[in-house]
Amino acid sequence: MFHFKIVTDWIDEFLRTNLGEGWALLIEFILTGFAILALYAVLALILIWAERKVCAFFQCRLGPTRVGPWGLLQSVADMVKILLKEIIHLNHADLRLFRLASFLVIIASLCTFGAIPFDRGLHAVDFNMGVFYLLAISSLGVVGILLAGWSSNSKYTMIGAMRSGAQLISYELSCGLSLLTVVILSGTMQLSQIVEQQADGWFIFKGGVPAIIAFVIYLIAGHAETNRGPFDMPEAESELTAGYHTEYSGIQFGFFYLAEYMNMFIIAAIAATMFLGGWMPLHTPWEGVNTLMDYIPPVIWFFGKTFFCVFLALWVRWSFPRLRIDQLLKLEWKILMPISLLNILFMALWVLYL
Amino acid sequence: MINYIKDIFLGIWRLMQGMYITMLNFIRPKVTEQYPENRGKVFPSERMRGELVMPHNEANQHKCTACGICELNCPNGTIRVIGKKETDEASGKERKVLDRYIYDIGSCTYCSICTISCPQNAIEWSNNFEHAMFTKAKLVRQLNKEGSSVAKKEKR
Repeated sequence: MFHFKIVTDWIDEFLRTNLGEGWALLIEFILTGFAILALYAVLALILIWAERKVCAFFQCRLGPTRVGPWGLLQSVADMVKILLKEIIHLNHADLRLFRLASFLVIIASLCTFGAIPFDRGLHAVDFNMGVFYLLAISSLGVVGILLAGWSSNSKYTMIGAMRSGAQLISYELSCGLSLLTVVILSGTMQLSQIVEQQADGWFIFKGGVPAIIAFVIYLIAGHAETNRGPFDMPEAESELTAGYHTEYSGIQFGFFYLAEYMNMFIIAAIAATMFLGGWMPLHTPWEGVNTLMDYIPPVIWFFGKTFFCVFLALWVRWSFPRLRIDQLLKLEWKILMPISLLNILFMALWVLYL
Repeated sequence: MINYIKDIFLGIWRLMQGMYITMLNFIRPKVTEQYPENRGKVFPSERMRGELVMPHNEANQHKCTACGICELNCPNGTIRVIGKKETDEASGKERKVLDRYIYDIGSCTYCSICTISCPQNAIEWSNNFEHAMFTKAKLVRQLNKEGSSVAKKEKR
């Protein structure tokens, strides 16, 4: 099995032998930062293309076909367009907060992105309480969204931001609770440990019924957290033009757009890591199948599972009509939350007696 | 409590049905026509009103008698029928024949009143829809060909 640990360890050793301890560390930090930023941007472009293509296919269209083969360069062209656009500031906007907001949103999603285990050795932030880190840092984005809505000095953005705040904070609960179900099963919060524990079967198979319930609840709640699909109340273009980012233009809007797509990827990646085994290949009781599965590199396993979850999100998004705000909160507080609380209990009993 | 649980399962079932329908659409062959590539291969409908034409037979004859009913009926002055006097060699009488039939696509709304009102069925619609021109003057066309004449009416 090829792991990126070989490559990263080699780079680490090379730097440490040729440079001092401090310099090696500094260069490693810079390299990691660049790698994460580059991967972030490229993945966002791929996701935007995939979204447009999948959306088109669900609507019986072909989607972008003109720029590059199968329209692959379409999102690159979009990026160039958005970079060239003028940034317009509003007259009575709180300029300092207005500028800060887009950065807060993207910083929150970038920090979460760093904590995703792509492979053994391709894992920038690996705490012993990684799940808590994920939950904490990903909910920082709410601050950015609220600030964006407030500082724009517009009714649409204000209403959008308030809806977004209510939605994100309430769905954070069942999101966290369903991740805690997995923590009960695994007994650790370190993401790399969680992935290693799934070597003899992914948690969705090992955990049985409660794990499946938690997976479904996580997908729903996570989908709501990305402000997309049937839960796009904060953006509701038919009511609020574009919600909290109505007044943004140019690359500032680009940041919100990027963060939205990458949040979708991050939610899918966490779902893949916690329930579908992350980069761990599919391991079954039969040895022959296991060795066959091990030939596929873990990075491909990881991206395969993640894009499967992304596809589920897109499928849901292009199938269902938008929820009303009271239906949205009812779904969370009356259905998802009680079920996930009971599910935690169920999982604890499952771990104790099975 | 029973209703609550029933609602949840019913809701999940309904959502699955919706997702099944969208999945069917996802797999279905797509309806998009990629226009410049499939040029001339696919055609919308025979009844589509692309542009007005005046059919001519092999002897370069059309059916228009220059009566001007189409010009009168046209709601926005798209058609101009310019006639000329000509003496009939057989009888020696003077009669009006078509000189130029001017049609301006730029102001045509494709309402088809002209073809309906024409007593001779001299004009009809063709399927050509590629009208884009660089100058406005090119949109004004003459429908009767050079040197064409009126076809003799078939006796019933």
